Amino acid sequence: MPIAFVLNFLESIGHSLYGLFASIGRIFIFALKAVSHILMPPFFARITLKQFMDIGFYSLPVVGMTALFTGMVLALQSYTGFTRFNAENAIASVVVLSITRELAPVLAGLMVAGRVGAAIAAEIGTMRVTEQIDALVTLSVNPFKYLIVPRIVAGTLMLPVLVLIGDIIGIMGGYLVSVHALDFSVGSYLKQTYEVLESADVISGLVKAAVFGFIVTLMGCYHGFNSGRGAQGVGAATTNAVVSASILILIFNYVLTQVFFS
Amino acid sequence: MSADSKNVPMIKMSNVKKSFGDKHVLRGVNLEVQKGESLVVIGGSGTGKSVLLKNILGILEPDEGTIEVDGEVTTHVRGRARVELMHKFGMLFQGAALFDSLPVWENVAFGLIHGEKMSKAQAREIAIEKIQAVGLSSMVADLFPAELSGGMQKRVGLARAIATSPQIIFFDEPTTGLDPIMADVINDLICQSVKELGATALSITHDMASARKIADKIAMIYEGEIIWCGDVKELDNSGNPYVEQFINGRADGPITKHSDYARKKTA
Repeated sequence: MPIAFVLNFLESIGHSLYGLFASIGRIFIFALKAVSHILMPPFFARITLKQFMDIGFYSLPVVGMTALFTGMVLALQSYTGFTRFNAENAIASVVVLSITRELAPVLAGLMVAGRVGAAIAAEIGTMRVTEQIDALVTLSVNPFKYLIVPRIVAGTLMLPVLVLIGDIIGIMGGYLVSVHALDFSVGSYLKQTYEVLESADVISGLVKAAVFGFIVTLMGCYHGFNSGRGAQGVGAATTNAVVSASILILIFNYVLTQVFFS
Repeated sequence: MSADSKNVPMIKMSNVKKSFGDKHVLRGVNLEVQKGESLVVIGGSGTGKSVLLKNILGILEPDEGTIEVDGEVTTHVRGRARVELMHKFGMLFQGAALFDSLPVWENVAFGLIHGEKMSKAQAREIAIEKIQAVGLSSMVADLFPAELSGGMQKRVGLARAIATSPQIIFFDEPTTGLDPIMADVINDLICQSVKELGATALSITHDMASARKIADKIAMIYEGEIIWCGDVKELDNSGNPYVEQFINGRADGPITKHSDYARKKTA
């Protein structure tokens, strides 16, 4: 009895590990295929442009609000912490560095995963289930080029733009709270912000954003494209797209930070 | 045209096998469709009819056997060559499979614009012609698929399938989900458009009225194999107990003895 239990336990671990590696392999092949189609014509310019609007422009409110309130709360929290060590002057640097290097890319990535990744998976999944993807094939159009490439290109290029705007709004949020609620002087707060900020901070954040944009759209496309049957299949695809994108963003955020700043 | 090219079948499947895991869907299908002929494959649900079509289209790849289209082996053609090959095909899907993000005319013109690189204005003209050819008013052109009834969606799907004047047209259960009158209207449209194009047609259905109307020849698929193939006139004298049970829609017979139906009863 105990031996059977242990064997069962080991078997289930082995089974999940096997499944995990199989999925990683499939996603990797899918990504390679997508990238190769990005490089080879024909291109669908008008459809890609529409994705730029859907993924980039319409994500602005969400990313902007996230950045604004994150900057504001960051100023408040670091104030309560830093006054205990008489280090209030460090608030500006904390705000500007955390926003540009860490919070704007990661939070924007997670918000876009929820907004865009879910929408992509649901749309492509529904197209799979209703045979619209097969219909593309019979009309001599490669579904990778028509559906997947425009979304991945738009995600990878637009997320850095969103994050750059998020950087500005986030820093502004911290500034507003510091100057209007915490009675900092405008001049010294701005001076500190300028002094501490280096272009490497911003650029590393934007590189992260591009990677996160790729991850979010890739996961949305992959799970939608391989969606199971029926409403349940599409629902599962959507959930998987958001969860896997979020987890991958957090993992890659650590890896990239290690690479940039070690 | 040389003498032997006349006899080359438009579609030829030899010993095609396809399995999903341990589920053997096609177990050695042999099928020939001659040029200009309309062949209808009949068979129960889950007997591999759709898988058969998808193998010819290259959406699925057979595990074994060969598929020839117009004398050319296409079993494992992929990538750009496959895209080129698809110019020969048109397909009407079971649920019409219209692109719901595009208006009706762009659905019909899709193959012309993206497959054949035609200008939008010209493609729209042809699309509206085709929309009228399937009995819809040109007013429909600017509506979206979600605004249409099931019968209208099928008509638009048919217009899309014939828009590029393909040599081969597939019909996947063209009458499923339609009322009997609309089903007959679609059958008439299928006969008419296939004749006008001089195309080769391959249909799958379990609607016998539809099969009798659109077929020149009928093949029956059962447990992943073609068990009978013959002229539509011979259908009632096939001498095959499986075919007889199917076309008469009887609950008792060889099919129900050892198949899904029986298993479902005991389950």
